[in-house]
Amino acid sequence: MTPLTWAMAVAQALLYAAAAPLLIGWVRKVKARLQNRRGPALVQPYRDLYKLFAKEVRVAHTASPLYRLAPYLIFAAIWLAAASVPLVALGLPTTTIADMIVLVGLLGLARVFLALAGMDVGTAFGGMGASREMLVAALAEPALLMVIFTLAMTAHSTSLSGVIDYQLAADFVPRPSFVFALGGLILLSLAETGRIPVDNPTTHLELTMVHEAMVLEYSGRHLALLEWAAQVKLLLYGALIANLFLPWGIAEGLAPAALVLGLAAILVKLAVLGVALAVAETVLAKMRLFRVPAFLNLALLLGLLGLLSHVILEVGA
Amino acid sequence: MTALLVVLATPLIAALVLALLRHAGLAGWLNVAADAVSFAAAVALAWQVGQHGDIAGLGLRVDAFNVYLVVLTTFVGLTTAIFSRPYMRHVCASGRIQPWQLRLYHGMYQVFMFTMLLALTTDNLGVLWIAVEGATLATVLLVSLYRTPEAVEAAWKYFILCGVGIALALFGTVLTYFAAQHVLADPVAGLTWSALFEVADRLQPEVMALAFVFLLVGYGTKVGLVPMHQWLPDAHSEGPTPVSAVLSGLLLNVALYAVVRLKMLVDGSLAGTATPHLAGVLLMGFGLVSFLVAGLFLHRQRDIKRLFSYSSIEHMGLMTFAFGLGGPLATFGALLHMLVHSLTKSAIFVTVGHATHIAGTQSIDHIRGLIRTQPAVGWSLLIGVAAIAGFPPFGVFTSEFLLLTATIQSQPWLALTLLSGLAIAFAGLFRHLHPMVYGAAPAGQRPVPANLVPVYIHLGLVLWLGLAIPGPLARWLDEATHLITGSRLL
Amino acid sequence: MTLAELPPLEQWMLLVAAFVLFTSFVLLAQARLVSAIHAFAWQGALIATLTLIVAQAEQSSHLWFSALLTLALKALLIPWMLHRLVRRLQIARDSEALRWPTLAIMAAVALVIFSYWLVLPMVAQELTFTRNIVAISLAVVLIGLLMMVVRQQAVAQVLGFMSIENGLFLAAVSTTGGMPLFVELGVAFDVLVAMVLFGVFFFQIRESIDSLDVDRLNRLTETQPEGQTETRTGETP
Repeated sequence: MTPLTWAMAVAQALLYAAAAPLLIGWVRKVKARLQNRRGPALVQPYRDLYKLFAKEVRVAHTASPLYRLAPYLIFAAIWLAAASVPLVALGLPTTTIADMIVLVGLLGLARVFLALAGMDVGTAFGGMGASREMLVAALAEPALLMVIFTLAMTAHSTSLSGVIDYQLAADFVPRPSFVFALGGLILLSLAETGRIPVDNPTTHLELTMVHEAMVLEYSGRHLALLEWAAQVKLLLYGALIANLFLPWGIAEGLAPAALVLGLAAILVKLAVLGVALAVAETVLAKMRLFRVPAFLNLALLLGLLGLLSHVILEVGA
Repeated sequence: MTALLVVLATPLIAALVLALLRHAGLAGWLNVAADAVSFAAAVALAWQVGQHGDIAGLGLRVDAFNVYLVVLTTFVGLTTAIFSRPYMRHVCASGRIQPWQLRLYHGMYQVFMFTMLLALTTDNLGVLWIAVEGATLATVLLVSLYRTPEAVEAAWKYFILCGVGIALALFGTVLTYFAAQHVLADPVAGLTWSALFEVADRLQPEVMALAFVFLLVGYGTKVGLVPMHQWLPDAHSEGPTPVSAVLSGLLLNVALYAVVRLKMLVDGSLAGTATPHLAGVLLMGFGLVSFLVAGLFLHRQRDIKRLFSYSSIEHMGLMTFAFGLGGPLATFGALLHMLVHSLTKSAIFVTVGHATHIAGTQSIDHIRGLIRTQPAVGWSLLIGVAAIAGFPPFGVFTSEFLLLTATIQSQPWLALTLLSGLAIAFAGLFRHLHPMVYGAAPAGQRPVPANLVPVYIHLGLVLWLGLAIPGPLARWLDEATHLITGSRLL
Repeated sequence: MTLAELPPLEQWMLLVAAFVLFTSFVLLAQARLVSAIHAFAWQGALIATLTLIVAQAEQSSHLWFSALLTLALKALLIPWMLHRLVRRLQIARDSEALRWPTLAIMAAVALVIFSYWLVLPMVAQELTFTRNIVAISLAVVLIGLLMMVVRQQAVAQVLGFMSIENGLFLAAVSTTGGMPLFVELGVAFDVLVAMVLFGVFFFQIRESIDSLDVDRLNRLTETQPEGQTETRTGETP
């Protein structure tokens, strides 16, 4: 826990915030290309954020102080959560202090405030979005915990760094439990970050909105913070998938060469994941809301199967 | 060896010929002839076994226990074929089935005989499984032969339940093979009875106990043990009568034979553990429950064939209980009971076939006054039911008496349950029987051309066995008892 | 011994076994018939793959043959026959939603745990890796049974039946390196004949109740109402 490692940890957290709009820009670009459009520039999300930050904030008369406070809290919680996920290097203090359960808790905190903020103004859309969000959350959180337990049981540690260390220390082993956990986590990521087929991030169609419904009343820097938080969340899940299941390339020390390699590795992994997400969103259609529980049950089932196959096939094998 | 091959090959060849033969009249006779040849060969085989001991080779093995069932199977097969020849022609002539269905019936009858005989004579657990599953496949189309919605439903239930049951038995077989691989060097020997028996005490008891549970549930489904019995009354009541006769008289025996063999194996494996009698206790439990439940169900039947199929469940339960009880006396009694039950029950089903023709329905409420309309059928039914209910001087009485004695010897309290079960079943049969035989015959009820020779032969044999068991047969059964329990009765 | 210490081939074997279990769950929950048939074909293909890996690991020539047999029968022939039947019966687009899908899935999970518990004493005796697959194969068998209980559609029931067979084959391959060849051939023959007969029955059932919902096969019960016996002539010519 030297000052240097703390400095690196802060740098990584800043990197999360800075790189998040880039990922969403990449996904939009690839998606546009897949649909035979040129699409906006890669940096368009930065421009959008900049524009929103510069705009005046309009707040409804019925809003309580919570409504003003929520965007900051949400962004802070998600950013903190992101800081606990190793991105470029392992062994940073932020990632060793907080484990996976804290991560789930921070994300849950952000979600609660988002739902409260959505209901605060008292419009129909906000309440509807909040209730849908909570439906998704109620089903997604146990599944996420199941996935985490699967990993933790294998690595004998609930810390993300611990799991990644464990993976790197051993030779490559095809673990059935990890395959199921990966499947479950991918489904959960789609649900939690509000992507197709669970939610459509670009829609403003009242029947289908979830996340957009809750932030409908926000404007200016509040909206910018919420959008930014959502982008950080996407990056967070991307980093989780990439580094937990394919950790190879991540910097194990703080040597400059290793850090450069780690940065390159995560860039490549996220780029590939971004393409995969874009392809999936192009191919799949958004499912009806009442099918979403089945989707999340599948994620839960995958988590359970991961746990079971760990116990049955891997322990005492 | 030649006799054994003839026993097995005859039905197989006959099945091929019958499947191709278009002449219905000839087919019926050929069916009888093939069974007669098998029976003659089986008797020769039994004589050889009696003279020279076990015969083995080509993956087959015949000893005192199974040769007795081979003879019984071919005999009941023969007499049922004699009955079915005019019966099925009559059914065909009445337009209920098409000529091609009659061909199917004859072909499948022989395939069924082949699978039964293969299951009995094979030395290999895997082949036993294949044969028993084959027997289901051969009979399932026969059960649905009439194509009524009820028949199709019965056949579907039969197919699904027995298919699933037998699948569980295969799992048990795999587990047995797994246990055997640790003690036997040759992989093929791992499924061979004779090799397994020799090393039974070294088979892993945990695995064998688990295997036996699956095997018991699997083959027990075929035996018709409660609660896996659901298929049995349906299949018996909706299939053609000759099929009911062979299902009840043969298939159930063969399945029970498999269970008993497996019990011998598991007893050997579990001998040194904390639960040496696990297999026996399981058999007793399943047997007793089947016996009592079927006895109670006898009372509420409305269909005559269902009535007697529940009686089959009851008797199979009794035999299972007796084999579970173990000991030479109970085993001897169970073997004798197997014999007399098969003979009596197939005779009853043949009679019932005629009775339903007379009354024009299977409904018990509408079969009345048989003894007035056609005394031969009425008397046969009356005597058959008296025999199956355990009246002296019939053979069933003898075997049930032996079983009761054995029970009183080792488990006195259960004897009380057995006795009350017998009384319940007795009442259940006779409350239905009385009006059917003696009631006032509906106007216009006429006799039908009946072929009761098989019934007379069967009932005559049962009577003979009740009065005096011939010396050679007693020694023979004793030999089988010795094989199963390791000690002799006589 | 941990997973990492096993030879690579055996590690892959466990992975494939886990996928087989997953296909069982898919089969159980899949409402659309055609998709369920595909899931069944995948299960067959996975089991054939597993057999191939075992054959490679144990250098056993007869398992090569079993793998081929499984692939031909379970992954190609039976799915093809079912597909054809479904098209001929014009129920290819049918789907049958489970009444309580989550409950069925949870029951299946419970069955997996139960089968693990059941084989635990066995596994404890013999610490060799493939024993672990016994639990998986028993689970596949039991989930097949569950599927036959919860699904009412005849074709879905047959799929359950066939997946029970798959589980049995998996058990044989994983615990004992396959049964003797003639036994395997006999079993395969029985399965094939059963499939043909199932096909015959689909038509007979539809002819008799005008549907393939076997829950409607309910004429034969213990208590027949008075009126019904009147019309039932059973065997009467």
